[in-house]
Amino acid sequence: MKSLAELQAIRDRARSQVILRENNDNAIRVLVGMATCGIAAGARPVLNAMVEEVAKRGLANVTVTQTGCIGICQFEPVVEIVTPGQEKVTYVKMTPEKAVRVVNDHLVNGNVVTEYTIGANS
Amino acid sequence: MRELSLNVMDIAQNSISAGAKLIEIDVCEEPRTDRLTIRISDDGAGMTAEQAARVTDPFFTTRTTRKIGMGVPLFKMEAEMTGGSLGVASQKGVGTTITAVFVPSHVDMIPLGDINSTVLLLITCNEDRDFVFHHKMDSREFTLDTRELRAVLGNEVRLNSPEVIQWIKNCLSEETQFIKEESTDEVFSGTSGDQG
Repeated sequence: MKSLAELQAIRDRARSQVILRENNDNAIRVLVGMATCGIAAGARPVLNAMVEEVAKRGLANVTVTQTGCIGICQFEPVVEIVTPGQEKVTYVKMTPEKAVRVVNDHLVNGNVVTEYTIGANS
Repeated sequence: MRELSLNVMDIAQNSISAGAKLIEIDVCEEPRTDRLTIRISDDGAGMTAEQAARVTDPFFTTRTTRKIGMGVPLFKMEAEMTGGSLGVASQKGVGTTITAVFVPSHVDMIPLGDINSTVLLLITCNEDRDFVFHHKMDSREFTLDTRELRAVLGNEVRLNSPEVIQWIKNCLSEETQFIKEESTDEVFSGTSGDQG
Protein backbone atom coordinates (compact mmCIF):
# COMPACT_ATOMS: atom_id res chain seq x y z
CA MET A 1 0.00 0.00 0.00
CA LYS A 2 1.21 3.46 -0.91
CA SER A 3 2.39 5.39 2.10
CA LEU A 4 -0.46 6.63 4.24
CA ALA A 5 1.99 9.18 5.65
CA GLU A 6 1.37 11.31 2.57
CA LEU A 7 -2.34 11.22 3.32
CA GLN A 8 -1.64 12.28 6.89
CA ALA A 9 0.42 15.16 5.54
CA ILE A 10 -2.53 16.24 3.40
CA ARG A 11 -4.75 16.13 6.48
CA ASP A 12 -2.28 18.10 8.59
CA ARG A 13 -1.92 20.75 5.91
CA ALA A 14 -5.68 21.11 5.81
CA ARG A 15 -5.75 21.46 9.58
CA SER A 16 -3.26 24.28 9.54
CA GLN A 17 -5.21 26.20 6.94
CA VAL A 18 -8.43 28.04 7.58
CA ILE A 19 -10.96 26.03 5.67
CA LEU A 20 -13.56 28.02 3.82
CA ARG A 21 -16.81 26.31 4.60
CA GLU A 22 -18.69 25.59 1.45
CA ASN A 23 -21.96 27.39 1.34
CA ASN A 24 -24.22 24.78 -0.19
CA ASP A 25 -26.95 27.30 -0.96
CA ASN A 26 -25.08 28.62 -3.97
CA ALA A 27 -23.27 25.44 -4.95
CA ILE A 28 -23.26 24.68 -8.66
CA ARG A 29 -23.99 21.07 -9.49
CA VAL A 30 -22.58 19.40 -12.58
CA LEU A 31 -24.35 16.18 -13.52
CA VAL A 32 -22.86 13.81 -16.07
CA GLY A 33 -25.17 11.17 -17.52
CA MET A 34 -23.60 7.83 -16.66
CA ALA A 35 -26.07 5.15 -17.61
CA THR A 36 -25.33 2.45 -20.18
CA CYS A 37 -26.14 4.84 -23.01
CA GLY A 38 -23.88 7.62 -21.73
CA ILE A 39 -20.94 5.37 -20.93
CA ALA A 40 -21.13 3.69 -24.34
CA ALA A 41 -21.17 7.12 -25.98
CA GLY A 42 -18.00 8.15 -24.14
CA ALA A 43 -19.17 9.78 -20.91
CA ARG A 44 -16.27 8.56 -18.77
CA PRO A 45 -13.55 10.69 -20.41
CA VAL A 46 -15.97 13.65 -20.25
CA LEU A 47 -16.54 13.12 -16.54
CA ASN A 48 -12.80 12.70 -16.06
CA ALA A 49 -12.07 15.99 -17.85
CA MET A 50 -14.77 17.78 -15.83
CA VAL A 51 -13.41 16.53 -12.49
CA GLU A 52 -9.81 17.36 -13.40
CA GLU A 53 -10.56 20.83 -14.73
CA VAL A 54 -12.73 21.75 -11.73
CA ALA A 55 -9.93 20.56 -9.43
CA LYS A 56 -7.29 22.42 -11.43
CA ARG A 57 -9.26 25.64 -11.21
CA GLY A 58 -9.96 25.09 -7.51
CA LEU A 59 -13.68 25.66 -7.89
CA ALA A 60 -14.80 24.93 -4.34
CA ASN A 61 -18.44 25.77 -5.03
CA VAL A 62 -18.80 23.17 -7.79
CA THR A 63 -19.66 19.53 -7.24
CA VAL A 64 -19.35 17.09 -10.12
CA THR A 65 -21.49 13.97 -9.85
CA GLN A 66 -22.77 11.20 -12.05
CA THR A 67 -26.42 10.64 -12.69
CA GLY A 68 -28.42 7.93 -14.38
CA CYS A 69 -30.12 8.04 -17.76
CA ILE A 70 -31.31 11.56 -18.50
CA GLY A 71 -33.61 10.19 -21.19
CA ILE A 72 -32.05 11.68 -24.32
CA CYS A 73 -29.71 8.84 -25.27
CA GLN A 74 -29.20 10.09 -28.83
CA PHE A 75 -27.54 13.21 -27.41
CA GLU A 76 -25.17 11.42 -25.03
CA PRO A 77 -22.70 12.22 -23.52
CA VAL A 78 -24.93 14.74 -21.73
CA VAL A 79 -23.83 17.19 -19.03
CA GLU A 80 -26.33 19.19 -17.00
CA ILE A 81 -25.34 22.27 -15.04
CA VAL A 82 -27.64 23.27 -12.20
CA THR A 83 -27.10 26.70 -10.70
CA PRO A 84 -29.44 27.82 -7.90
CA GLY A 85 -31.87 30.47 -9.08
CA GLN A 86 -31.09 29.88 -12.74
CA GLU A 87 -32.50 27.68 -15.43
CA LYS A 88 -30.78 24.33 -15.86
CA VAL A 89 -28.36 24.18 -18.81
CA THR A 90 -28.10 20.93 -20.77
CA TYR A 91 -24.99 20.34 -22.87
CA VAL A 92 -25.12 17.53 -25.44
CA LYS A 93 -22.72 15.35 -27.45
CA MET A 94 -19.92 16.31 -25.12
CA THR A 95 -16.21 15.55 -25.50
CA PRO A 96 -13.33 16.07 -23.03
CA GLU A 97 -12.28 19.17 -25.01
CA LYS A 98 -15.79 20.64 -24.86
CA ALA A 99 -15.90 19.83 -21.14
CA VAL A 100 -12.78 21.90 -20.50
CA ARG A 101 -14.32 24.85 -22.35
CA VAL A 102 -17.58 24.54 -20.41
CA VAL A 103 -15.68 24.63 -17.11
CA ASN A 104 -13.73 27.72 -18.15
CA ASP A 105 -16.48 29.68 -19.89
CA HIS A 106 -19.55 28.64 -17.95
CA LEU A 107 -18.39 27.69 -14.46
CA VAL A 108 -15.56 30.19 -14.10
CA ASN A 109 -16.92 33.14 -16.08
CA GLY A 110 -20.65 32.48 -16.06
CA ASN A 111 -21.05 32.48 -19.84
CA VAL A 112 -23.15 29.62 -21.19
CA VAL A 113 -21.49 27.94 -24.21
CA THR A 114 -24.62 28.19 -26.33
CA GLU A 115 -23.30 26.21 -29.29
CA TYR A 116 -22.97 23.04 -27.17
CA THR A 117 -26.43 23.24 -25.61
CA ILE A 118 -29.34 21.02 -26.55
CA GLY A 119 -31.16 24.01 -28.02
CA ALA A 120 -28.44 24.50 -30.64
CA ASN A 121 -28.18 20.78 -31.43
CA SER A 122 -31.73 19.52 -31.80
CA MET B 1 -18.53 -1.17 -24.81
CA ARG B 2 -14.92 -0.74 -25.88
CA GLU B 3 -13.51 -1.74 -22.50
CA LEU B 4 -14.81 -3.95 -19.71
CA SER B 5 -13.89 -1.22 -17.24
CA LEU B 6 -16.75 0.82 -18.71
CA ASN B 7 -19.15 -2.03 -17.97
CA VAL B 8 -17.89 -1.99 -14.39
CA MET B 9 -18.75 1.71 -14.21
CA ASP B 10 -22.20 0.93 -15.54
CA ILE B 11 -22.90 -1.96 -13.14
CA ALA B 12 -21.59 0.06 -10.18
CA GLN B 13 -24.11 2.73 -11.14
CA ASN B 14 -26.87 0.18 -10.42
CA SER B 15 -25.43 -0.31 -6.94
CA ILE B 16 -25.48 3.44 -6.42
CA SER B 17 -29.11 3.63 -7.57
CA ALA B 18 -29.89 0.82 -5.13
CA GLY B 19 -28.65 3.02 -2.29
CA ALA B 20 -25.53 0.98 -1.51
CA LYS B 21 -23.23 2.40 1.15
CA LEU B 22 -20.40 0.00 0.38
CA ILE B 23 -19.51 -1.21 -3.11
CA GLU B 24 -16.80 -3.79 -3.67
CA ILE B 25 -15.10 -4.20 -7.03
CA ASP B 26 -12.99 -7.27 -7.41
CA VAL B 27 -10.84 -7.91 -10.50
CA CYS B 28 -8.99 -11.19 -10.59
CA GLU B 29 -6.71 -11.94 -13.56
CA GLU B 30 -5.34 -15.45 -13.93
CA PRO B 31 -3.21 -15.66 -17.09
CA ARG B 32 -2.11 -19.20 -16.24
CA THR B 33 -5.62 -20.59 -16.29
CA ASP B 34 -6.84 -18.08 -18.90
CA ARG B 35 -9.52 -16.53 -16.73
CA LEU B 36 -10.59 -13.02 -15.80
CA THR B 37 -13.20 -12.70 -13.07
CA ILE B 38 -14.91 -9.41 -12.30
CA ARG B 39 -17.14 -9.19 -9.27
CA ILE B 40 -19.22 -6.20 -8.20
CA SER B 41 -21.01 -6.55 -4.90
CA ASP B 42 -23.01 -4.04 -2.89
CA ASP B 43 -25.08 -3.69 0.25
CA GLY B 44 -27.90 -1.91 -1.54
CA ALA B 45 -31.61 -2.59 -1.70
CA GLY B 46 -31.18 -5.98 -3.32
CA MET B 47 -33.77 -7.79 -5.37
CA THR B 48 -36.31 -10.53 -4.95
CA ALA B 49 -35.43 -13.91 -6.41
CA GLU B 50 -37.87 -13.28 -9.22
CA GLN B 51 -36.33 -9.89 -10.07
CA ALA B 52 -32.79 -11.28 -9.89
CA ALA B 53 -33.72 -14.04 -12.30
CA ARG B 54 -34.95 -11.50 -14.82
CA VAL B 55 -32.15 -8.95 -14.53
CA THR B 56 -30.28 -10.48 -17.45
CA ASP B 57 -33.29 -10.00 -19.70
CA PRO B 58 -32.75 -6.78 -21.67
CA PHE B 59 -36.49 -6.20 -21.92
CA PHE B 60 -36.94 -6.22 -18.18
CA THR B 61 -36.60 -3.11 -16.10
CA THR B 62 -38.00 -2.07 -12.75
CA ARG B 63 -38.05 1.64 -13.30
CA THR B 64 -39.94 2.10 -10.06
CA THR B 65 -37.73 0.20 -7.61
CA ARG B 66 -34.39 -0.46 -9.18
CA LYS B 67 -33.16 0.90 -12.46
CA ILE B 68 -31.89 -1.98 -14.52
CA GLY B 69 -32.00 -1.93 -18.24
CA MET B 70 -29.28 -2.87 -20.69
CA GLY B 71 -26.29 -2.84 -18.34
CA VAL B 72 -26.40 -6.38 -16.99
CA PRO B 73 -27.54 -8.09 -20.22
CA LEU B 74 -24.73 -6.37 -22.14
CA PHE B 75 -22.13 -7.46 -19.58
CA LYS B 76 -23.51 -10.99 -19.71
CA MET B 77 -23.33 -11.09 -23.49
CA GLU B 78 -19.71 -9.90 -23.48
CA ALA B 79 -18.76 -12.61 -20.98
CA GLU B 80 -20.58 -15.36 -22.86
CA MET B 81 -19.04 -14.29 -26.17
CA THR B 82 -15.65 -15.37 -24.79
CA GLY B 83 -16.98 -18.66 -23.46
CA GLY B 84 -17.43 -17.26 -19.96
CA SER B 85 -20.52 -16.61 -17.88
CA LEU B 86 -22.34 -14.12 -15.65
CA GLY B 87 -24.17 -14.82 -12.42
CA VAL B 88 -26.43 -12.68 -10.25
CA ALA B 89 -26.91 -13.30 -6.54
CA SER B 90 -29.22 -11.00 -4.68
CA GLN B 91 -31.22 -10.79 -1.49
CA LYS B 92 -33.90 -8.21 -0.79
CA GLY B 93 -32.62 -5.77 1.81
CA VAL B 94 -29.13 -7.31 1.89
CA GLY B 95 -27.51 -6.51 -1.44
CA THR B 96 -26.52 -7.79 -4.85
CA THR B 97 -23.45 -9.49 -6.27
CA ILE B 98 -22.73 -9.71 -9.98
CA THR B 99 -19.94 -12.07 -11.02
CA ALA B 100 -18.68 -12.21 -14.60
CA VAL B 101 -16.09 -14.68 -15.86
CA PHE B 102 -14.17 -14.10 -19.10
CA VAL B 103 -11.75 -16.18 -21.18
CA PRO B 104 -9.13 -13.60 -22.26
CA SER B 105 -7.52 -15.68 -25.02
CA HIS B 106 -10.80 -15.79 -26.94
CA VAL B 107 -10.93 -13.77 -30.15
CA ASP B 108 -14.01 -11.87 -28.97
CA MET B 109 -12.47 -10.80 -25.67
CA ILE B 110 -12.92 -7.11 -24.90
CA PRO B 111 -9.89 -5.71 -23.03
CA LEU B 112 -10.28 -4.79 -19.38
CA GLY B 113 -9.00 -1.32 -20.20
CA ASP B 114 -8.53 1.51 -17.74
CA ILE B 115 -10.13 0.05 -14.62
CA ASN B 116 -8.28 2.54 -12.41
CA SER B 117 -10.04 5.41 -14.12
CA THR B 118 -13.39 3.80 -13.35
CA VAL B 119 -12.52 3.30 -9.69
CA LEU B 120 -11.17 6.83 -9.31
CA LEU B 121 -14.26 8.42 -10.83
CA LEU B 122 -16.62 6.30 -8.74
CA ILE B 123 -14.81 7.43 -5.58
CA THR B 124 -14.65 11.07 -6.72
CA CYS B 125 -18.31 11.36 -7.64
CA ASN B 126 -19.77 9.45 -4.72
CA GLU B 127 -18.13 11.04 -1.74
CA ASP B 128 -20.81 9.71 0.63
CA ARG B 129 -20.17 6.05 -0.23
CA ASP B 130 -17.34 3.66 0.41
CA PHE B 131 -15.56 1.55 -2.18
CA VAL B 132 -13.25 -1.41 -1.87
CA PHE B 133 -11.22 -2.14 -4.98
CA HIS B 134 -9.30 -5.36 -5.11
CA HIS B 135 -7.08 -6.23 -8.08
CA LYS B 136 -5.27 -9.54 -8.31
CA MET B 137 -2.93 -10.76 -11.01
CA ASP B 138 -1.34 -14.18 -10.70
CA SER B 139 -0.05 -14.22 -7.16
CA ARG B 140 0.21 -10.47 -6.61
CA GLU B 141 -2.64 -8.33 -5.43
CA PHE B 142 -3.58 -5.04 -3.81
CA THR B 143 -6.62 -3.55 -2.13
CA LEU B 144 -7.77 0.04 -1.92
CA ASP B 145 -10.37 0.61 0.77
CA THR B 146 -11.82 4.11 1.10
CA ARG B 147 -12.78 3.37 4.71
CA GLU B 148 -9.06 3.14 5.55
CA LEU B 149 -8.40 6.46 3.81
CA ARG B 150 -11.25 8.09 5.72
CA ALA B 151 -9.77 6.84 8.98
CA VAL B 152 -6.53 8.70 8.19
CA LEU B 153 -8.16 11.84 6.81
CA GLY B 154 -10.68 12.27 9.60
CA ASN B 155 -13.39 14.86 9.24
CA GLU B 156 -11.17 17.71 8.07
CA VAL B 157 -10.46 16.54 4.54
CA ARG B 158 -12.95 15.20 2.08
CA LEU B 159 -12.21 12.09 0.10
CA ASN B 160 -12.78 13.96 -3.16
CA SER B 161 -10.58 16.95 -2.45
CA PRO B 162 -8.10 17.44 -5.32
CA GLU B 163 -5.02 16.48 -3.28
CA VAL B 164 -6.58 13.23 -2.07
CA ILE B 165 -7.81 12.34 -5.55
CA GLN B 166 -4.28 12.84 -6.85
CA TRP B 167 -2.98 10.58 -4.10
CA ILE B 168 -5.51 7.86 -4.95
CA LYS B 169 -4.63 8.17 -8.63
CA ASN B 170 -0.91 7.71 -7.93
CA CYS B 171 -1.64 4.91 -5.52
CA LEU B 172 -3.70 3.00 -8.10
CA SER B 173 -1.10 3.35 -10.84
CA GLU B 174 1.82 2.38 -8.59
CA GLU B 175 0.04 -0.67 -7.22
CA THR B 176 -1.04 -1.73 -10.70
CA GLN B 177 2.56 -1.41 -11.88
CA PHE B 178 3.62 -3.63 -9.00
CA ILE B 179 1.17 -6.46 -9.67
CA LYS B 180 1.83 -6.35 -13.41
CA GLU B 181 5.60 -6.72 -13.05
CA GLU B 182 5.19 -10.44 -12.68
CA SER B 183 2.80 -10.96 -15.50
CA THR B 184 4.07 -10.40 -19.01
CA ASP B 185 1.19 -12.07 -20.80
CA GLU B 186 0.37 -10.01 -23.89
CA VAL B 187 -3.30 -10.96 -23.75
CA PHE B 188 -3.70 -9.07 -20.50
CA SER B 189 -2.27 -5.75 -21.53
CA GLY B 190 -5.12 -3.26 -21.51
CA THR B 191 -5.69 -0.22 -23.65
CA SER B 192 -4.55 3.26 -22.82
CA GLY B 193 -8.05 4.06 -21.65
CA ASP B 194 -9.41 7.58 -21.59
CA GLN B 195 -6.21 9.14 -22.90
CA GLY B 196 -6.48 7.17 -26.16
